[in-house]
Amino acid sequence: MKQPPKVSGDEGGTGHLEELRADPIGLMTRVRDECGDVGEFRMADRRVVLLTGADANEFFFRAPEEDLDQAEAYPFMTPIFGEGVVFDAPPERRREMLHNQALRDKFMRGHAETIAREVDGMVARWGDAGEIDLLDWFAELTIYTSSACLIGKRFRDELDHRFAELYHDLERGTDALAYVDPYAPIDSFRRRDEARVALVALVQGIMDRRAAAPAPPDEERDLLDVLMSIKEEDGSLRFPADTVTGMFISMMFAGHHTTSGTAAWTLIELLRHPHEMAAVRAELDTLYADGSEVSYQALREIPRLESAVKEALRLHPPLILLLRVAKTDLEVDGFAIDKGAMVAASPAVSNRISTDFPDPHAFVPSRYLDPRNEDAANPWTWIPFGAGRHRCVGAAFAMMQLKAIFSVLLRGWDFELAQPSDTYRNDHSKMVVQLAQPCLARYQRRPSGDRGAETAPLSPLGQDSA
Amino acid sequence: MKIVVDRDLCQGHAVCESEAPEVFSVPKDGTVEVLDPSPAEDLRAKVEAAVKYCPTHALRFIDDQLEED
Repeated sequence: MKQPPKVSGDEGGTGHLEELRADPIGLMTRVRDECGDVGEFRMADRRVVLLTGADANEFFFRAPEEDLDQAEAYPFMTPIFGEGVVFDAPPERRREMLHNQALRDKFMRGHAETIAREVDGMVARWGDAGEIDLLDWFAELTIYTSSACLIGKRFRDELDHRFAELYHDLERGTDALAYVDPYAPIDSFRRRDEARVALVALVQGIMDRRAAAPAPPDEERDLLDVLMSIKEEDGSLRFPADTVTGMFISMMFAGHHTTSGTAAWTLIELLRHPHEMAAVRAELDTLYADGSEVSYQALREIPRLESAVKEALRLHPPLILLLRVAKTDLEVDGFAIDKGAMVAASPAVSNRISTDFPDPHAFVPSRYLDPRNEDAANPWTWIPFGAGRHRCVGAAFAMMQLKAIFSVLLRGWDFELAQPSDTYRNDHSKMVVQLAQPCLARYQRRPSGDRGAETAPLSPLGQDSA
Repeated sequence: MKIVVDRDLCQGHAVCESEAPEVFSVPKDGTVEVLDPSPAEDLRAKVEAAVKYCPTHALRFIDDQLEED
């Protein structure tokens, strides 16, 4: 059987690793341009077979764990999560951990309420007008929302901006150099390890205070109380602070930088496209004209807003490279994938295939409205959430969260870009993609008379805030 | 009307159970169980909602008349 064609640019040494660290989307786009749906690049001593296009992606996303394994594919996560958490746990244990009860449908309404309250709390610090850094602001907000929804309010109430800043250092510690040495002596890895130590100390402090305080009423108990109640036979904690911290970091990881970045990009793209912004605000004003709560509306369809979010996700997917390791010899599209090779799919490349998404680089939310429905029509190439077996389990939660966030922000505030439009871009130097700073935006309290529907009652903003 | 489940895609979100509890059940740590693989016509609206709102697009239904494909 044929071996996959190799992309240009391998000059020996670590192969394409340096290019991957500098311009990963450029590299992956070139793989598709030169090699087609199946092409190969090299990351130090690892061959990576990059699959793009519907058929190759379907193979990738349908493959069982026995064929394409995630566990070995993300060595840069182990120093962040800690030993024995998520990616180096056995598959059954991982499935159990990922099957998060908190994401079940019946909890969504409570989560929507929590998220609206957190956004209200953040904007309560604003004056009538001012400026925010989109990365810092949404990263802090989503630390509060994800900790409150996934761990519990009692834990969330112990956190402030310091937790968000340490967490950011963890996310920055995802340099692809980890494929050579996850503990290489570089600044981002050193800061990553210091941040993890500081987070464990912070969690230890919370646990010490709880251990010394009277037990909370049952209805206020959160996940940390539950974990602290589980003891070994000798009476010591089954889950010490280091393990608890690793569990919490991993629970929050998938939903943090992803939601934060998508919120920022949705706002940036709407500000770049004033007609789309006007359509979304008109839609929100109409939907909320009857005084309904965010916790009610965010669970229902908000088509224009959802389309804007989907289009931000298509153009700026938070994960640009999804990886697996071949556990056996495989074949895709007539090409051999040898056991031990890495296999990859790229949302950044597949989301912009022009035959599936006409005018692929343009922000066109109407592509998701009837009759186009380009997300549903292209289940294997519209892949901001991945697809198949490992599709993001938090996708529905994320969409609800973004609807709740923008229901509060866009009804209460006017926004504008505070720097030239083309200066907003992603920093691709780490495997966790984040907005490059500065990424500033200005806000101004929206005059209440501006709201579309004349009958609109005073907004329920702030009504839930503490 | 016949229910078809793509087992590779179901992740047990239980949206279908909320929409059509007569037809779908999702155990605490599992994936969908179809209680009624050929639901009666009066459940059509609920089944349609379950299919539409399934977060992983794991559900389809086939109308009995169209079964030749």
